[in-house]
Amino acid sequence: MERYNRAMFKINQNVDKAVLKPVATGYKDAVPIPVRKGVTNFFGNLGDVWSMANDFAQGHVVEGLNGFMRVGVNTVFGVFGVLDISSEMGLYKQPNDFGLTLARYGIDSGPYFVMPLLGPSTIRDAAGTGVGIYYAPFNYTTNNAAVRNAATVLQLVNTRANLLSTTALLEQIALDPYVFTRDAYLQQRRSQVKAVRSEGILSPGPLDSGGDDADAGNLGQDSNAMDSGAQAEPTSSSAASPAAPLSETLSSRAVPSNSPTANPAASAARP
Amino acid sequence: MFRTFKTALLLPALALGLMAASPAVRADTPAPVQVIQKLTDSVMDAVNNDPALKSGDPQKVMQLVETKVLPFVDFQHMTASAVGRYWRQATPTQQKELQQQFKLLLIHTYSGAVSQIKNQKVEYLPFRAAPNATNVVVRTRVLNNGEPIQLDYRLVQMDHDWKIADVNVMGIWLVDNYRGVFAQEIGQKGVEGLIQTLTTRNKELAQAGGAKG
Repeated sequence: MERYNRAMFKINQNVDKAVLKPVATGYKDAVPIPVRKGVTNFFGNLGDVWSMANDFAQGHVVEGLNGFMRVGVNTVFGVFGVLDISSEMGLYKQPNDFGLTLARYGIDSGPYFVMPLLGPSTIRDAAGTGVGIYYAPFNYTTNNAAVRNAATVLQLVNTRANLLSTTALLEQIALDPYVFTRDAYLQQRRSQVKAVRSEGILSPGPLDSGGDDADAGNLGQDSNAMDSGAQAEPTSSSAASPAAPLSETLSSRAVPSNSPTANPAASAARP
Repeated sequence: MFRTFKTALLLPALALGLMAASPAVRADTPAPVQVIQKLTDSVMDAVNNDPALKSGDPQKVMQLVETKVLPFVDFQHMTASAVGRYWRQATPTQQKELQQQFKLLLIHTYSGAVSQIKNQKVEYLPFRAAPNATNVVVRTRVLNNGEPIQLDYRLVQMDHDWKIADVNVMGIWLVDNYRGVFAQEIGQKGVEGLIQTLTTRNKELAQAGGAKG
């Protein structure tokens, strides 16, 4: 598997270098920031619909309602999602996807798998991505294939443009970009999976009470994703649910005295 | 469950934008959280008040790191953790060398990140740890264009001071993430080989940075 993955990683890198990155750089130079932000928001709003569907599919009703309000507000008041008014109101984005829904119902990640063009994934998450693409909300907005394809290209280029500085940094600091990217992807995914699995239905946040320092060795069910023996010891990592930062913050502010642990809740926002 | 319903009830309030009010820093803020607040404040202040720093001027960034960040970081812990089980096989000289090179690499990483600092708002999530814990996590959310970015810090207690041992950006622990790469490098070329690779990479980065500045 690693041989295929490394080869595909290389191909993706080359395609990116030859086509996507130059196009995205040109796009970034030519298109003013407000327009690019509008494009990001527009596709982000469609993405929120899919996140919301997965929130509900996972039984995370609070997150689902948050997504529902986000989409509602942004679609109605934000000119079909071009303006992200919800975020300004404090209704933040909580990305979710079908791979996490599969994980929620007990499906393990399977081996690490580099998808053609789309990059790092696992067998499970690649299946999730496939389902996500099939049900992409934009497919239901128009029957015109040319418009759909143009939108897909625009979304791709815009996303790549947003990532230009990140990938520049990655190229600098990674000794072996393949391994670094793989481990980063798997680590992030494990932390997301842990979050969606630990939340009860209707729960605003992960149920683990000790933060994430207490539970070292959380590799657990997803450890089989590693495709080389390089990282033999469990990583003591994981984090609060990236999918539910809002409600976490919220609940801490709402009921500091009811906090399940005895420690004082220190929650402060700076202007 | 109680928490849950309160949360659900709060959603409409949220929609009205009542969340804008920010509670002041509490007097009983735990020490590790204070460390991160101090660090965050001083770095953000420095960057926002110095255009050269903001543009990522390598020398200025180095200076910032030396004076404002290094005092809060435990590089030995960081390096030992990234090198993992091989750490004990390394000689004291090699350990020192590894620490030095890893530090340089992280400083380069940090320089890249400094240029991204704007007027982001940082929120501190509730801090949870046992009263006598010596290894804790401070969780924050950086509000960047409205989309919250997870930024967590692992701190260890050294004597009386709390020092940063790892940083988590969007679910990825940075030092942890080097473990796989380092293990592979050591497996192929030994500890000396890893030191070589790091030194070469740092030299390249220094040259690239110098050319830019």
